Amino acid sequence: MKGKIVAGVLAPHPPHLVYGENPPQNEPKSECGWENLRWAYERCRKNIKKLKPDVLLVHSPHWMTVVGHHVLGVEKFKGLSVDPIFPHLFRYAYDLTVDVNLSLKIAEEITKEGLLSKVMKNPDFRIDYGTIISLHLINPDWDIPIVSISSNNSPYYFSNEVGQEQMMKLGQATKRAIEASGKRAVLLASNSLSHRHFTWEADIPEDMSKEHIYNHGQYLWDMKMLDLMKAGKAKELLAVMPEFFDMALAEIKAGALTWMLSAMDVPDYPAIVHGYGSVIGTGNAVVEWNPEANQ
Amino acid sequence: MILKSMIVPGLPQVLLSPEANPGYASLKAAYAKARAEIEEVNPDLILYYSTQWLSVLGYTFQADPKPEWTHVDHNFHYLGSMPYQFRCDSEFASSYAKEVKKLGYHTMLANYRGFPIDTGTIVAQKLLNPENKFLASMVSCNMYAEKAETISLGRAGLQALEASNKKAVVVLVSSLSSRFFIKEIDPKDDHISSAKDDEWNRKICELLGEGRLEDVSQVARDFGREANGDMGFKGMWWLNGICGETNNFQGNFLDYQAIYGTGATVITLTPKQKIVSKKPIEKKQNIVQSESAPEPVGAYPHARREGDFLFLSGVGPRAKGKKEIPGVNVQKDGSIIHDIPLQTRSVIENVKTILESSGSSLDHIVDIQVFLTDMKSQFSAFNKVYEEYFKDIQATRTTVEVGSLPTPIAVEFKVIAKIP
Repeated sequence: MKGKIVAGVLAPHPPHLVYGENPPQNEPKSECGWENLRWAYERCRKNIKKLKPDVLLVHSPHWMTVVGHHVLGVEKFKGLSVDPIFPHLFRYAYDLTVDVNLSLKIAEEITKEGLLSKVMKNPDFRIDYGTIISLHLINPDWDIPIVSISSNNSPYYFSNEVGQEQMMKLGQATKRAIEASGKRAVLLASNSLSHRHFTWEADIPEDMSKEHIYNHGQYLWDMKMLDLMKAGKAKELLAVMPEFFDMALAEIKAGALTWMLSAMDVPDYPAIVHGYGSVIGTGNAVVEWNPEANQ
Repeated sequence: MILKSMIVPGLPQVLLSPEANPGYASLKAAYAKARAEIEEVNPDLILYYSTQWLSVLGYTFQADPKPEWTHVDHNFHYLGSMPYQFRCDSEFASSYAKEVKKLGYHTMLANYRGFPIDTGTIVAQKLLNPENKFLASMVSCNMYAEKAETISLGRAGLQALEASNKKAVVVLVSSLSSRFFIKEIDPKDDHISSAKDDEWNRKICELLGEGRLEDVSQVARDFGREANGDMGFKGMWWLNGICGETNNFQGNFLDYQAIYGTGATVITLTPKQKIVSKKPIEKKQNIVQSESAPEPVGAYPHARREGDFLFLSGVGPRAKGKKEIPGVNVQKDGSIIHDIPLQTRSVIENVKTILESSGSSLDHIVDIQVFLTDMKSQFSAFNKVYEEYFKDIQATRTTVEVGSLPTPIAVEFKVIAKIP
């Protein structure tokens, strides 16, 4: 049977959300915090679980590579993920399974698209914290195999437009590999929206009286992007994306959202915005594209 | 006190695959010479600043006395793993953090099992201090920090060393140009990816080989822009800040090679006399006093930040540290002949300096008010030079004639710019 993408999720990875949730895997403990986003993830999790996916694919900006797009080529990874920026909030013990066959197929399709790919085979490799956080927030049970794709630095090296073009190709390569695999896949674009951080932190990190967006300009841009998502205007969204990258220092410059929308053939149906909130000044939204729900 | 400083590359090829290219092997040999220099001066600690250890919340200091892990580089994972176990000076980490906190920046002591030490620091530490003979200390590179802040971070490091009475070797782990090849290359064919970058890299090596650290710090911004310098080459500001901001060093150029298209050098700098610390600049959120622009002639700052905007005080053509004003030619009889093109150019260069000290640039100017002392005779010459700089920027402009300006100058700008 032909495989298919059963959902795509804009799945940002602030470590604060895991910290606020207090799962057993995370060493630091909190009182609460960032509920609007955490509860958004809880709603999204339920939808994803109902879809019974065979595999979760993540594209994270924190595995950045300069030569091509890398995929994990080792089946089991077990380790401790410590966020180098927020180590006091995120020190997470992970134990995951990689769908190596799908990884290899994606690498093959990436090459067919004229892009470069590389399979990461070093068993000592530590999975980047962006990947771990998005995966936890979507599937804290870790009972679904994963594929992790690195973030090539082409938008930083060349331009937003060149980067975007490459990510469109990567999306199509991913789609073909999924179809060939016969699996039901969920794609996770592990990115926030606007991405200017505060360079200070409240004495109690989860003190929500201190949490707000970095500036109003960022907020307006985030709202503009979310309005397009809600209106089912992914094509228009892609058109304004290069400008959004610059205007809001957007993390999606790394290309995860473009990759996902391309793999889903640029959906023309409304996305489900589960929630929006700021984390240390950055704008974050949990947004789901679910083709079956829109048929 | 500081016994020695150096810049070294932090890419893993030198450590993990020196045999793959004669250049990598040569860098490894240069590292060995730098290591011998460290052992000769026998420091209490080696202090690292690596451009690969990025922070957002102010500055992080490695405070685990015995960090231990097996690290794999995210890019070059196929070269192999890097197991490490270091001996770190937690006490100095606290002292340094305390000095930085006094300046108003957020600080964090990282004492967590499994905290990821960056590839650059690991490579440098394994090649300079492989047996952990000396204690190590590490400070992060804030991704948003600009020149004044990074120099201050360096100055605070020297104050912390003085306060703790420790002798240190300070190490900047940074590439020169940072333009990687983006296609697979045979390591045997490695070379600097751009001829322009190569030219700039060689100029930096020449200056550092002559011990001219302060001069390199001054051109770091241009280098960062023109040669795609590693993290804007901001590490050089830290090194200069901690080393007293002088050119008074004995430079020892040990090597310059390419690593995957980027520029890699090993150069050591030995102070010719004891380094004297300068007071770090305390963080004042809204006030900008550029160290490179001419001093204000009254009780006002060069600029003030409000939201995303930067408001500059009136800027004239005076040059920093000079009595003569460019374009103001005083005759024997005391009369003044104004060279309007030269004054205009000097004003714009001063504006540029202040903007860049504030994290902005000429490109981000939104509005300019121009004051001339004689519209009839000066406008045309002024306007010609103005066009050279602002034709493509298209800031709004208002030009007015005024009776006189506070010093014997004929041109002054009042500027509002965006902070990107």
